[in-house]
Amino acid sequence: MQFKILEKFQIVPTIHQMIIDAPKIAKKAKAGQFIILKIDETGERIPLTIADFDSEKGTITTIFMEVGKTTKHLSTLNAGDSLQDFVGPLGNPSKIEPSDTVVCVGGGVGVAPIYPIARAHKAIGNKVISIIGARSAELLLWEDKMQEVSDELYITTDDGTKGHHGFVTDVLKKLLEGDEPISLVVSIGPAIMMRTVAGVTHPFGVKTIVSLNSIMVDGTGMCGACRVLVGNETKFACVDGPEFNAHEVDFTLLMNRLMMYRDEEQQALENYKCDNEGCQC
Amino acid sequence: MLERNDMPRQDPDKRRSNFGEVALGYSHEQALAEASRCIQCKKPSCVAGCPVGIDIPAFIQYMADDNMDAAIRELKSMNALPAICGRVCPQETQCEEICVLGNKGEPVAIGRLERYAADHEQDKIETEAVASAKATDKKVAVVGSGPAGLTAAAELAKMGHGVTLFEALHKAGGVLVYGIPEFRLPKSIVQSEVEYVESLGVDLQLNNVVGKLDTVDELLEEYDAVFLGTGAGLPVFMGIDGENLSGVYSANEFLTRVNLMKAYQFPGYDTPVKRGQRVVVVGGGNVAMDSARCAVRLGAEEVTIVYRRGEDEMPARNEEIENAQEEGVKFKLLSNPTRILGDESNWVTQLECLNMELCEPDESGRCRPVPLEGSQHLMDVNVVIIAIGTSPNPLIPMTTKGLETSKWGTIIADEDGLSSKEGVYGGGDVVTGAATVISAMGAGKTAAKAINKYLKRDK
Ligand SMILES: Cc1cc2nc3c(=O)[nH]c(=O)nc-3n(C[C@H](O)[C@H](O)[C@H](O)COP(=O)(O)OP(=O)(O)OC[C@H]3O[C@@H](n4cnc5c(N)ncnc54)[C@H](O)[C@@H]3O)c2cc1C
Ligand SMILES: Cc1cc2nc3c(=O)[nH]c(=O)nc-3n(C[C@H](O)[C@H](O)[C@H](O)COP(=O)(O)OP(=O)(O)OC[C@H]3O[C@@H](n4cnc5c(N)ncnc54)[C@H](O)[C@@H]3O)c2cc1C
Ligand code: SF4
Ligand code: FES
Repeated sequence: MQFKILEKFQIVPTIHQMIIDAPKIAKKAKAGQFIILKIDETGERIPLTIADFDSEKGTITTIFMEVGKTTKHLSTLNAGDSLQDFVGPLGNPSKIEPSDTVVCVGGGVGVAPIYPIARAHKAIGNKVISIIGARSAELLLWEDKMQEVSDELYITTDDGTKGHHGFVTDVLKKLLEGDEPISLVVSIGPAIMMRTVAGVTHPFGVKTIVSLNSIMVDGTGMCGACRVLVGNETKFACVDGPEFNAHEVDFTLLMNRLMMYRDEEQQALENYKCDNEGCQC
Repeated sequence: MLERNDMPRQDPDKRRSNFGEVALGYSHEQALAEASRCIQCKKPSCVAGCPVGIDIPAFIQYMADDNMDAAIRELKSMNALPAICGRVCPQETQCEEICVLGNKGEPVAIGRLERYAADHEQDKIETEAVASAKATDKKVAVVGSGPAGLTAAAELAKMGHGVTLFEALHKAGGVLVYGIPEFRLPKSIVQSEVEYVESLGVDLQLNNVVGKLDTVDELLEEYDAVFLGTGAGLPVFMGIDGENLSGVYSANEFLTRVNLMKAYQFPGYDTPVKRGQRVVVVGGGNVAMDSARCAVRLGAEEVTIVYRRGEDEMPARNEEIENAQEEGVKFKLLSNPTRILGDESNWVTQLECLNMELCEPDESGRCRPVPLEGSQHLMDVNVVIIAIGTSPNPLIPMTTKGLETSKWGTIIADEDGLSSKEGVYGGGDVVTGAATVISAMGAGKTAAKAINKYLKRDK
């Protein structure tokens, strides 16, 4: 069985949106879950968060950033092309419960997966404040969609080309110091950003949830590639997570394990560029 | 008495650097010669040693008569996957262990003969017989496409039921594709068995994680019965310090990368695996041997098996232990890891072990290893593979109402495979815990019969 790409376009430089025809998965998908795809016979299995889903149309939307061979290859595919394998929904859904103000913090490509979570909180009547950030204005994702599901939206850019000049955590800290009754912070982005968010919220004792992006193979609890240390216990991010209590996560371990195949990834990417973009070596 | 015929194997020096099959199989002459060693006992003991009760003397007699078609038909009447079993069954503890020739000399090489007959087979003999089974209006969902699920699906399809086979991974075969390496069981053989099962009309649904897509309870709304053959795929770690260092793998991850994802062909295939120079594999079963031998083929300078008991206690097939030794794998027996050490970037650098001593066997007959105080020592390593066991994945029990499990997480089932839930059957590793290919197949077959009876109960 092949999984058809219905739509595929670049949202901002190096970040793409891809809509896949996967009716069975769309019927079951919930905010916070992910899929694993494999492009073709020789491809690697890579996880991507379900950024949106439409159970009526039977579609799954993913947003991905070009970082290596597989995501580069993916970026060259177009509507009408197919993926060989597409499996999900994997991982546990986000817990969406009535509460005081929820702050959703998304950085870089992490804005996309935070969107369905913000939407789900909004849908049950929680007040949602969102903070989204990017390196630069031209790389900022889904501002309009986030606006729709947030009571307040803050924007930050590292270079000051839009919104607050600085990091998402600067704004988060201000909010925590203010009068807003914040009972939950949800954050998705690069590991280093999630670690900083955890550090900022910790002194305030506000419950903080992060979605961990450890390296995965099967995504069903069979291999342990994805193991992370949470509250000093080894957990498999694919089945025990991907969301965890940020204050208990060992981020250093996560970041180190994410680097495990750096040499191989570099080699794969260079080979790919050689074959497809003209050799520079 | 004639001596047992050796099976040709790839030269150890050559095979250390390729993933081609190690055991090359008998030639026609060798097969005939070995088959004629069987003395055709009136009361053959070997049959009792075969978990699926193959009429061993009968198929061997056909082979001795050079009637290979009849031999394979005989085998296939009891065992749907002889090409696989001939390669991976632990014959030395099953049929061959109790062959009478073994009393004085060496037993008949039943497994090698089975393999020869199966490899010889050109066409699928059974396909004709099957077409005649009358279609029923019953539907069965089989979950998991390992040997248990494949067998149950094939048997149920032959009985005329509509069968859908759900598999979580992108390839069918279970451990046969993700665990057991190419050099021991070529994937083309597994593939042709899967195609055979599909040719019986089984609808194979890959990339379908039951419990995440449909739950068992939801399947029961659409299907009249469910068979669970989901295996024991959850890796067990030792719970020692340093297990999460980079370079420390579960055997499942290492083997899945190498076999299922073909990391040995990286960068031709995209999935990487760390090629360590000094590799330690912890454990003494087939899984440990397979991991060690993969590491050798990935170019390691030194591969060591660390096992806490002695050689006699190692549960791996004898042939694979021998093969591993020939390929240069070192064995550090009576040794148990206590700690894994790493560098500042979280990479594994050393393994701390403790020497062990075997005490007198207890009532159960097993020798428990006890640590020798003060015998800690360090080994330099850059890849550690943990192969100390697996347990069933809790996903299905967690998402199925009224499905009882034991304290080891295995699904509780009676001798027919019936679980605590009506219409739900199970078999293979998910019921027994990690066991063998042939016992999983046997369980799949038994459950298929019981399911057939259950489906026909009203008539
Ligand atoms: C649960 C989960 C959800 C994710 N959701 C998204 C998403 O919505 N959008 C998005 O752009 N990215 C997401 N990622 C990260 C994405 O999977 C990686 O960027 C992708 O695998 C990189 O593959 P590559 O071949 O292009 O790059 P590579 O060059 O192979 O790797 C680049 C980096 O990606 C990480 N990575 C590599 N292989 C894997 C793997 N098999 N599994 C996980 N991480 C890997 C490593 O940190 C590596 O350093 C998610 C990861 C996880 C675990
Ligand atoms: C490395 C290794 C070497 C071995 N060597 C030998 C040997 O030489 N001889 C021997 O006899 N035995 C050997 N064994 C043991 C043997 O392979 C197993 O006992 C046998 O495969 C069990 O079969 P099974 O059908 O019960 O499960 P498995 O083969 O484990 O198959 C289970 C299948 O179910 C799928 N599944 C799990 N959960 C779900 C779900 N929720 N939804 C859909 N699908 C699901 C899995 O992906 C898998 O494909 C070895 C095992 C390993 C790991
Ligand atoms: S199936 Fe296994 S146990 Fe049975 S005869 Fe063949 S090798 Fe022996
Ligand atoms: S990815 Fe294999 S266990 Fe999580």
